[in-house]
Amino acid sequence: LSVAVSGTVSYDATHESRGELDQFYYGSLFMSFGPHLFLALLEGTVNAFVLALVALGLSLVFGVMRIVNIAHGEFFMLGAVLAWSCSVLVGGVPLMGFIVALVISPILVGGFAVAADKLILRRIGYQPESTIVATIGLLYIIQQLVLTFYGPDARPVEPPVYFRVVFPWFGYSGYKLVVACLSGLLLVGTWLAMSKTKLGLYMRATQQDQEMAQAFGVPVRRIYATVFALGAGLSAVAGVLVVPIQQAHYLMGLDPLLLSFIVVIIGGLGSLQGTMVAAFIVGISDGVVSVFFSPTLAKIVATLLVAMVLVLRPGGLFGKEDS
Amino acid sequence: VSRRSAGKVFVLHMGMLALLFVAQFLLPAYHHTNLARIMVLATYAIGYNVLLGYTGLMSLGHAMFFAAGMYGAGLPIYYLQFGALQGFCLGVLLSLVVSTAFGLIALRTSGVSFLIVTMMFAQACYLAILNFNKVTLGDQGFILSKSLEFVALGPVRLVLSDPTVKYNLALLLFAGSFLLSVVLAGSPTGRVLIAVRENEERTRLLGYNTFKYKLLSLAISGGISGAAGASYALLFSYVGASFASILYSIYPLLWTLLGGTGTTMGPMIGTGLMFYLVDFASGLTSSYLLVVGAVLVMLILWSPQGIMGAIRTRWLPWLP
Repeated sequence: LSVAVSGTVSYDATHESRGELDQFYYGSLFMSFGPHLFLALLEGTVNAFVLALVALGLSLVFGVMRIVNIAHGEFFMLGAVLAWSCSVLVGGVPLMGFIVALVISPILVGGFAVAADKLILRRIGYQPESTIVATIGLLYIIQQLVLTFYGPDARPVEPPVYFRVVFPWFGYSGYKLVVACLSGLLLVGTWLAMSKTKLGLYMRATQQDQEMAQAFGVPVRRIYATVFALGAGLSAVAGVLVVPIQQAHYLMGLDPLLLSFIVVIIGGLGSLQGTMVAAFIVGISDGVVSVFFSPTLAKIVATLLVAMVLVLRPGGLFGKEDS
Repeated sequence: VSRRSAGKVFVLHMGMLALLFVAQFLLPAYHHTNLARIMVLATYAIGYNVLLGYTGLMSLGHAMFFAAGMYGAGLPIYYLQFGALQGFCLGVLLSLVVSTAFGLIALRTSGVSFLIVTMMFAQACYLAILNFNKVTLGDQGFILSKSLEFVALGPVRLVLSDPTVKYNLALLLFAGSFLLSVVLAGSPTGRVLIAVRENEERTRLLGYNTFKYKLLSLAISGGISGAAGASYALLFSYVGASFASILYSIYPLLWTLLGGTGTTMGPMIGTGLMFYLVDFASGLTSSYLLVVGAVLVMLILWSPQGIMGAIRTRWLPWLP
């Protein structure tokens, strides 16, 4: 593979025209099956990394708190919208806005999640079905507030770095590879935090047996708030990463939510390893079917896949049978 | 229902139906149409309440049953010139098939997994409607003929777009499903469903096949929802993908919760209140769905029993 990095493309090229360029490369009718499949796998892998990030957040929240957060996708959307806001407020070089967004949006969204935990979830005692209803409410509140203040338009954000990785058959957006690398780093970071730090130990203890953890002096309440914020933060960061590829829009949260559900069910509710493996199965197959057929069909196929898994193993592929 | 309260229950429910019948002579045209719409949507909520209120299974995917009824009725009428009554029957049949088939798969899971599965399947149906837009006409949907007749017996022709016919057919649909839910709630089968809601393990230990009862409940619930969907298509002459979207799975949950889960009158009251609240909010702002979110959160925080549930606890313990 000849990899050429062309960082010299002028920044005055608009996002849209770059999109057309990509279209030209990707849609090239002369591409034969092999390269086409390679492209699909590449797209799928990038998808899978982002999906893994979002699903990890959902899975952590389910694993430790035993609740399903329907508003999880809205945290993703908030991350994307905040990234757009940062790019406008900071101005200048896109990289600056991107870095600011990477730092600020998980903090803001995490803070919002802590408030929601304190004001709503804690008061209903994390009862599973009430929590689902409450988070559906939260979904509409967040979504409609964003519609009020941000508007109904989809808005693009400049990629922070722009270079093309040129394969013999097509050029590929280098930023997408950066997204995959950053997501990978965050996944490894979260895994290290879970397995090596005291906070991670507390989280795992709470996950295994909440009452016993409390008896051993684990501040369970604070752990709940932290986990909810962490889950929201991971989702928001994924939103920040994705927004230069996919524009920021107030309805963009639903797709990642449903895909993460698929991932979490296939992986087994609450199993982090299962979530990771399933994210790659779902992300890559979604990418491949999307490129060869249509994204809509890909989602339908993924859902039917879940039906199969549920029929064969109600607890998910990696979950415990009793879940 | 004890013997003493049976009379009160009868009077109350018949009174509600009589009130709805009389209302058509008193209401101005705008509210007349609204109430017809509310009665059809309340039927949907009644279907939802059978599953949530009386069996304790929460679904986030009822839009697929509503849409099954709607498309099951709408497509044959649109493409094959079926009559309204035939279309209605096909719609109900399709929703029964969909809900039973779905139940056979989804009821293998329980609790939170069941919820997620309902939501995903409904989304898959929604996407399928969009994906096959050559037939379903996707997001745009299609309009049914305004001159569609419900029955035509010699000189008696009941045209569905006539407001009086519309109102009374909506009332007929509502009354049918309303009485079905009242009878079901008091029947031995209904008692078992309530037992499943209260404690499934114990019900199983008593020798009931709880899977069968849950499947039955899901089929009844899906069938009533489908009847509502089919009627909506027939009475308001429009079939579109938006009725299969996730919002239409959330709406019956909201209506039922607001009115009171596990109460027979709750769905109607919740639907009516919410319909006017959303109607009012949409006149003020384009972000009117904010009220949906706000009401859901407030209900869960302060009044999880809903309106009729609260009335039952405080004043009228005999309410079914």
